[in-house]
Amino acid sequence: MNELPGDLLYTKDHEWLRREDDGTVTIGITDHAASSLGDLVYVELPEVEQDVDSGGEMAVVESVKAASDVYAPISGSVVAVNEDLADDPEKINSEPYGEGWIVRIAPSDDVDESELMSPDDYQQLLDELDE
Amino acid sequence: MGSRTPLYDQHVAANARIVDFGGWDMPLHYGSQTEEHHAVRTDAGVFDVSHMTIVDLSGEKVREFLQRLVANDVAKLEDYGKALYTCMLNPAGGVIDDLIIYFLADTEYRLIVNAATREKDLAWIREQAAPFDVDVLERAELAMIAVQGPHARKLAAPCIYAEWRESALDLKPFNGLQADDIFVARTGYTGEDGWEIVLPAANAPRVWDRLLAAGVVPCGLGARDTLRLEAAMNLYGSDMDESISPLEAGLGWTVAWEPAERDFIGRAPMEALRSSPDRRRFVGLLLEDRGVLRNHQKVVVEGIGEGEITSGGFSPTIGRSIALARVPAGNYDRAQVDVRGKLLNVRIVKTPFVRNGQIRIDV
Repeated sequence: MNELPGDLLYTKDHEWLRREDDGTVTIGITDHAASSLGDLVYVELPEVEQDVDSGGEMAVVESVKAASDVYAPISGSVVAVNEDLADDPEKINSEPYGEGWIVRIAPSDDVDESELMSPDDYQQLLDELDE
Repeated sequence: MGSRTPLYDQHVAANARIVDFGGWDMPLHYGSQTEEHHAVRTDAGVFDVSHMTIVDLSGEKVREFLQRLVANDVAKLEDYGKALYTCMLNPAGGVIDDLIIYFLADTEYRLIVNAATREKDLAWIREQAAPFDVDVLERAELAMIAVQGPHARKLAAPCIYAEWRESALDLKPFNGLQADDIFVARTGYTGEDGWEIVLPAANAPRVWDRLLAAGVVPCGLGARDTLRLEAAMNLYGSDMDESISPLEAGLGWTVAWEPAERDFIGRAPMEALRSSPDRRRFVGLLLEDRGVLRNHQKVVVEGIGEGEITSGGFSPTIGRSIALARVPAGNYDRAQVDVRGKLLNVRIVKTPFVRNGQIRIDV
């Protein structure tokens, strides 16, 4: 199993969040989520400036196998989407924590980190799933 | 834990992602479904299809029995080893299963039926066979390997005993031969050249390892599904079932109407549907917008009616989404599909989408 990046926060829905210096939050899906889905072939992205609610549907990732919703882990407004995914959705498989990012959100409230998981906690969740 | 084929350890050793398929622990993929798909289109891939059910029939009246049991006519099988694709129908004309029949000898035929329908198929076959005094023997001790792709036969030839190798390589499409304890047939479910090899379970791991050592790529059920979809080959349970006639599943070509006096099970209700102006079409769809078509999505034909996608997905060869769909009768070549509340545009295309490595539709 690959090492999880230590500078990210995680959710039980297998998404990751990175707090950027400008206060925005970049979001993607984890390596575990991407490999469970299989080779990705299409990503439906939200509109820039669209408001998203924590827990609401924000994007759809589709693999050769199935379609899967990506839920917003925080509330806020979409400030950027990864346009490159339109032509290269497989970037989510090859670089889930880098070039495979999905959206960037300006949070409407302070990010409540207690609702999110540390790398250690997320690793523990993955270990439990493996058993 | 589900049933395991004789190749289960091989799958685990090759890092397969194992999933449940009709009660069997089967490989979905070994890392990348797309790469496995391309390997079959351009080179050679191998599939474990040992979960499929092999049934040998024997008896003096076995031919007469099969002419009653299935919609296609085994009289077309004139040479030993020749294969026939057909449907087995219920009295209402719905599909109990689709299967391949091999003509082994005058009193002997081999059927290969789907794994997921094994029990009902065996029960139905046994029930129908009784008055014909035909022996029905399941061959669960045999494994089955499909090696597919433009280079498949060449790479698999060393796995056939030397004295049979040349005859095996000379097989015409849809023909097979018994080579000692191996049955090899030039058939498959991918739209590519290749063989399906039936062999004793104990020999299967060695043959599998040998194919991999020769550079043949192990392929899972995922690639098997995208390959058969591109080739527009039906999947039982998705494209047809007991409530669907072969005539509404694109399988009219597998129904032998002549001779008119051959009274196969399900014939009468199909005769009525055959001439009905309301008979639904079974078509190929190419998605013109971005997105992915999926099973059970609604097809909307403006001014005519609605239909349903029976098999949808992304075509790795074409790079677009394609589907098979059952749609209302009528003369039209465009429609829309409801994808999560949005109506996307599709074009009706002549299938197959892909065959022998070539895209066969205008994209």
